[in-house]
Amino acid sequence: MAETIDLLKRIKMYDFILNELVLYLDTHPDCQQGLAHFRKYNDLRNKAYEEYAKNYGPLMVSQTTANERWNWIDTPWPWEKEANI
Amino acid sequence: MWSYEKKLQYPINIKNPNPAMAKIVMTQLGGPDGELGASIRYLSQRYTAPNAKTKGILNDIGTEELGHMEMIGTLVYQLTRNMTPEQIKKSGYDVYFVDHTAGIYPVDASGNPFSVMPLQSSGDPIADLHEDMAAEQKARKTYDNILRLADDPDVRDAIKFLRAREIVHYQRFGEALRSVTDQLDSKNFYAFNPSFDK
Repeated sequence: MAETIDLLKRIKMYDFILNELVLYLDTHPDCQQGLAHFRKYNDLRNKAYEEYAKNYGPLMVSQTTANERWNWIDTPWPWEKEANI
Repeated sequence: MWSYEKKLQYPINIKNPNPAMAKIVMTQLGGPDGELGASIRYLSQRYTAPNAKTKGILNDIGTEELGHMEMIGTLVYQLTRNMTPEQIKKSGYDVYFVDHTAGIYPVDASGNPFSVMPLQSSGDPIADLHEDMAAEQKARKTYDNILRLADDPDVRDAIKFLRAREIVHYQRFGEALRSVTDQLDSKNFYAFNPSFDK
């Protein structure tokens, strides 16, 4: 459980950095430093998403295995406390 | 098109239910300066934005606001778990409860249902972007007022996060506005609607 939460926290951190960079790059599309940051954190984010889906379940519907059971509905929903411990 | 990520933008874990606080926080879901209105405003305005930077920022901030709407819904949901009839009556939540029980329905703090009347999509990017910057400040003001009224650190933490986002969005809309005026005659920006006049 503690590992799930740590990984989810890391994912939220990467997504926050990326969201900030998306908004910044929308108005500064030629900033090379911003673009380098985006490439770095997008890569880290994609790896963390894969690790999370493999061990704890899908965060995006494209990560569901669709293997015997529809596991998209088996993990807590974001508004539930269990998803935010 | 959108695809869903099964997580909040920022974690929310309320330990103490508090329907009186839920009633106040609810205004950022259904109120005049709330997240639902912000999202509809930007996602409506983006179609006729006059340049790529402005289309991008309206699209992407409008999308982030959907995530903020989810955070406010989550705050209200968690603040209204396991309420007793006494708590409902004492907190003033009874007037909402009678219609919506513990469901999440977008109203302002006085119970007025969500309305698009406080927002515009004017088809004029100078008018729209000024409105957007004002909207971010008005939302920041509501978060400041919630912080004046909220003692619970779990509520304050999420509200402080949302408050900080308004300030970043204000900055980005200011940059988009500058990108629009940079394309216009600096002697009179307002003689021309760059999304309509040719």
